[in-house]
Amino acid sequence: MSQQAINFTLNGVPTRVSVPVDMSALEMIRNVAGLTGTKYGCGEGECGACTILLDGVSLNSCLLFAVECDGRQLTTIEGLASDPLGLRIEKAFVEAGAVQCGFCTPGMVVQAKQLLEQNPHPTREEIQRGIEGNLCRCTGYVKIIDAIEAATKDLPPAPLPGEGGNGRSLRSGTNKE
Amino acid sequence: MTALDNYIAPTSLEQAVEQLQELGEVTILAGGTDLMPQANAGRVKFKRTLMNIRRIPELRGITREGDEIRIGALATISEIMTHPLIREYLPLLVTVGDHFASSQIRNAGTLGGNVCNASPAGDTLVPLLVLGASVELASMLDDKLFRRSMPLPEFFVGPGKTRLAPAELLAAVRIPVPPKGFVARFHKFGTRPALDISAISIGISGVLDKGTLSQVRVAFGAVGPTPVCGAATEEALEGKKLDAATIAAAAVAARDEVHPISDVRASDWYRKEMIHNMTKRILEDVSASH
Repeated sequence: MSQQAINFTLNGVPTRVSVPVDMSALEMIRNVAGLTGTKYGCGEGECGACTILLDGVSLNSCLLFAVECDGRQLTTIEGLASDPLGLRIEKAFVEAGAVQCGFCTPGMVVQAKQLLEQNPHPTREEIQRGIEGNLCRCTGYVKIIDAIEAATKDLPPAPLPGEGGNGRSLRSGTNKE
Repeated sequence: MTALDNYIAPTSLEQAVEQLQELGEVTILAGGTDLMPQANAGRVKFKRTLMNIRRIPELRGITREGDEIRIGALATISEIMTHPLIREYLPLLVTVGDHFASSQIRNAGTLGGNVCNASPAGDTLVPLLVLGASVELASMLDDKLFRRSMPLPEFFVGPGKTRLAPAELLAAVRIPVPPKGFVARFHKFGTRPALDISAISIGISGVLDKGTLSQVRVAFGAVGPTPVCGAATEEALEGKKLDAATIAAAAVAARDEVHPISDVRASDWYRKEMIHNMTKRILEDVSASH
């Protein structure tokens, strides 16, 4: 398999890696860049555990070819640790007890950020629709929806400016030649 | 192991079709939402070269050109759903997007990819058929970029099979701006609204004037090897007053003209009944709301 060198920004950190052409962005994030917050659930876009933001738009990193990340901005759950809206959602998940086994949580939080950026005050039904691509096998949906609803309190009515991509990396070792 | 050993990301349509012709063995990558899982499952084998077409500006954008709306092959389902031209002229596609997979997949999956995958259950295909869409195909001819247009019904050959020539790229989908009085409906039936492959889908469109339907188009998904047009159902409706008798006759025509298979999602009998019932329900709804 031929390798391809790609450059992108990972949680605000300029990153250069060489990847096999058929590698998924998920595999690259976890095994090449070493950020393991993004989870592998189903590998076919059904479960949403691998949700990341690409140029601020949420998608399944298991369905994304790593080579497509060239020149783009990736934000993973680690990047949301320094994002105001990300932090607000994280806090709401903790306070609502919206975490059981925790495997779906990173994907849920990233997708919740996307949802609240587009629609800062969603109804419960809109929240359900917004996370329909994210499965919780513990079936803890009620508290997850509660958490997302709670995170919208005191949010300004207009969409927040995108904060994605400006986060500090939790690892310093993400820049690889 | 695959024979994939080359990656290219052309930055113009001409460059892309030139390379397509020159290299021959090419797998096209757009959104990747179908290619990745199909490759992982071994249903698609990578050819020698992976061509990422996402850097080609001519394949982007949604524009009005004369009496047509041109949707670039790379337009994602999310982009289509939020685009002002689509919302104004082709609101059916907004409805379709709402039932398409999940937010994450709508953000990545492209219209061109959905069309080229040619799944009998492809969510955009039945709606595109009833909107009278055609595909814009690009290739090299005498060292020049050449584009041809093909009506969508001719494009589909079988599951995953189209009339796209080996050195040809789907550049755009073109849809006529609908006439006054145009109504269009799409219904997808599955076990859950999200992330489901439909058991059947059905689309009906036409121009409604004083209770009479004309220029009728009917299409069905997941009842044959390709999405199919419903000629007999169209005939049962064309020029007729949309009353109970017409609706009943159209529903029977629809049931009788589809030839579905039985599989894990539904039996052939169930699919035929659903086609009958949904045809009836859609037409009753059109009749009641106008």
